[in-house]
This record gives sequence, C-alpha cells and structure tokens, in this order.
Amino acid sequence: MSERRGPLLSPGITRLLVIIGLLVLWEVSARFYADPLFLCPPSQAVMALKHIFSEPKIVKAIEITVYEMVTAFLVSVAFGMTVGLAIGLHGFTKQAILPVVLLLYAIPQATILPLFVLSFGIGPAAKIAFGISHGIFPVIVTTVAGVQNLRAPLLTAAKSMGASRFQVFTSIIFPHMIPSFFTGMRLGMTAVLLGVLLAELYVSTAGIGFYTRLFAESFSPPDLFALIAVLAAIAVTLNEGCRTMERRFSRWHAM
Amino acid sequence: MSKRLVQLGVLIAILVAWYVATLPGGVHPLLLPPPIPVFRNFGVLLTTSSIWPDLFVTVREWVTAFCLASTAGCLIGYLVSRSGYAVRVFDPLFAGLYSVPAILLFPLYLLFFGLGAGSKIAIGTTIAFFPVVLNTIAGLSYVDKAYITAAKSMGANSAQLFWSVMMPAAFPVILTGLRLGCIVAFLSILGGETISSLAGLGHRIVSLAENMETSQMFANILFAVAMAIIINGLVSFAEARGRRGFQ
Repeated sequence: MSERRGPLLSPGITRLLVIIGLLVLWEVSARFYADPLFLCPPSQAVMALKHIFSEPKIVKAIEITVYEMVTAFLVSVAFGMTVGLAIGLHGFTKQAILPVVLLLYAIPQATILPLFVLSFGIGPAAKIAFGISHGIFPVIVTTVAGVQNLRAPLLTAAKSMGASRFQVFTSIIFPHMIPSFFTGMRLGMTAVLLGVLLAELYVSTAGIGFYTRLFAESFSPPDLFALIAVLAAIAVTLNEGCRTMERRFSRWHAM
Repeated sequence: MSKRLVQLGVLIAILVAWYVATLPGGVHPLLLPPPIPVFRNFGVLLTTSSIWPDLFVTVREWVTAFCLASTAGCLIGYLVSRSGYAVRVFDPLFAGLYSVPAILLFPLYLLFFGLGAGSKIAIGTTIAFFPVVLNTIAGLSYVDKAYITAAKSMGANSAQLFWSVMMPAAFPVILTGLRLGCIVAFLSILGGETISSLAGLGHRIVSLAENMETSQMFANILFAVAMAIIINGLVSFAEARGRRGFQ
C-alpha cells in the first residue's frame, strides 16, 4: 500500500474548513465586489432569517409548504405501496400495468404542471397533487421490485406447510418488503420535494413560491437567500429522516 | 408474444377510456381534450416547422448545460479522486449538497441570469453536475488496489496507469453518471422553462395552457414525452456502446 503519511486533520474537520473558506470567500466577494441588488453576503442572509421568522405571513407560507410536502408524501407512500403490491403480486398485472407505470414515470412531469393548475387551481391542492404525481411512481416501482425479489422457495415452503394467504402476507411478504419499502420512501420523498417545490415556484398565492418571486422581483437578495436556506434545511431534514430510517431498517434483511 | 398482446390491450383500453371520457357530458374539454384533435395537432407539429424555434432554444440550453456539467464534473471528480484524503473530504460534501433540491436555486438564478437561456443553463448545469461528479469520484477512487499495485510493480508510468488501468475500470461508472446528468439536465431545463422563461418547449406548453388551447398543449406535451423517451433510449444505447468500446 502506498498510503501517504496521514494528514494532521481528520477529513471531517478539513471539510468544515473548506465550507468556512467558501463562506468567507462569498462574504468578501459579495461585500466588496458584487452589486447588492443581486448578491448579498451570507452574514446578511443570516440576519434576514430573523426578519423571515418575525413575519407571520412568511411563517404561514413555510407551514403551508411543509404541509403540502408531508401530505403529498403520505399519500404517495400509501397509494404507491397499495398499487405496487397489487401490481407486483400477480404476474398478469405486472405484465399489463407495469409498462404503463414505467411509461408514465418517464413523462417529463414539469411539462404537465399547467394541467394540474387547470384542474386543481392555484392553491395547495395543485401542489399536493403534483407532489403525488412525482412521488407515487418511485414508490410503485420499488415496491414491485421488492415483491419480485421474494424468493420463490420461501413461498412454496410456507404454502406446503399450510400457511393461509394472510399468514403468507404477514410472515413472508411483509418482512421481505421492508427494505424496499424504505428505499421507496426515500426516493419518493426526494421526488415529492421536487414536485411540490416546482409547483410552488410555478404559481403560488400563499406558499413560499409567492415569496421567492416577491423577493426576487423586489431585488432583496438577503430575504431570498434566507428563505431558500430555510427551505433547503427543511428538505434536507426530510430527506435525511427517510435515509436514516432506510439505514436502520434495511439491517433487517441481513438475517 | 402474449405479453405484447396484453400491453397492447392495456394501451388500447386507455385510449378508449380517454375517448369515452371526453364524449359530450364527460370531462370538460378544457381539462381533457378528446384524443382525435390531440393526435391531429401532434401530426401537424411533426410535419410543420412551427415548433422548431422553441425546440432549438431548449436543445441549445440542454447541450450547453450538459457540456458544462460533464466537463466540470469529470474534471473536479478526477482532481478529487487523485488523493484518498480529498475523496474523504469532498465526497460527503457533494453527496450532502446533492440532497438539497437544487430547483430551490432557480429563483436565485432568475435574479442572476435573467429570464432568458442563462438561468435554464445554470439550473441544468447545477442539477447535472452532481451525478457526474459523484460517479466520477466513485469510479476512479474505488479501482481495485491490486490492479494499481500490479501495474506499478510492472513499471507503468502514471499516464499508462491512468489510461490502461484506471479508465477501463472506472469508465462504466462514469458513463452512468454522464447518462444520469444528460437526462436530469433535460428534465430540469424543461422545469425551468415551465416556471418562467421567454422561449423553449416548456414555455410553449405553458403559454398554450394559459391560452386554454388544451388540445394544442396536449400535442406539445406528447412531443416532449416522445423526446424524453427517445433521449432516454439514445443515452442508454450510447452508455451500453461506450461500455463495450472501452473493454
């Protein structure tokens, strides 16, 4: 092994230093060289956080957006799981319907965003529906794949030992589904966040899309940066929550 | 054979359901236009040149974004992968940034680069950069150490080591990153155009929707869908070819 002599700092600390360095670079360049109408130093964005959280309308907008994300996610997971199981458990439906699902999944969904607004209006309903249309397909596809990985000998063994349909489901199919269930949840969450945010940015009357547009059009970058940072933090929290659950529960499979 | 028949049957069932739903008394034609005018308009789109200016705008944005993202991604990925320490520093950093939905940056890009092609190229580049850089790092830094040791002990210089050992091992992984980058760049540019833009496929669809010309809009959506599927097929084919070509 030609491993070089170990550096003094652990990678985590160096990473932190890199991030701090970038922030300092940004601060200096924004403070001294950039047009304040377009770019603001990160310190001002942090100060603007206070303004954002003291404005009840903006807090309400953030709440609405989180509500849209969570609702869309829960519906995607519930429906995606059910549809995925229904499709995956029978050979016929898998042949007939899975290609249709994959075809729908391949649609560039941003292009049908106006349809959702036409059907559901400009309120939260359209965002939730669009989030679901993003989130449901990864859940369906991973659920079907999870059912597919079910080992046939296990099913045969259970049946030959006289297990009922219900017992087969609770003792074999469900435990086997758990890892792919959580993978589906993680992929679904990423997709739901994308869908809800796209719909919010497209048209919005009360959610955060309205405020990002307002701040951009009134040239107040500190507020815009702060709002985007808050949303990014929410998105990362939701994503990481799913990822942690996935890691925790996929250990199951190693039995 | 019977599999194809079943799929064809489902497809026909969907078309029939679409037709029946739009019969008088069914779904309002503004929400769901009847299939026949949609396909007629789609035919018109394919045979006339009316869509070309918008198509050209979108394709140019997409190609620019993909070139920028793949160059930057491969270069930075290569530089990072040269030292194991840098991989441990930067790989989690890129992976962490990747979990932020990059579409959030779009309002900022609109502010920086304006409503025109610039903001779409920027969002496409940002979104496509991450799969490329992460796969490049993964490909180059997880080459089996035994190969490297063997090549070195047989006296390979660093260029030989790179072209004959590292690249053949890493290339398939890098290609996967490029394929993903290519597709997400296209999708995110369509998304950006939908949110706000002056020209392009997404812009065309939105303005048709806002003028309530839904059958035209469906035809354009069909066009975008067909394009996405063709792009998907082409890049998957290119990936498979490239994979074989380097062995």
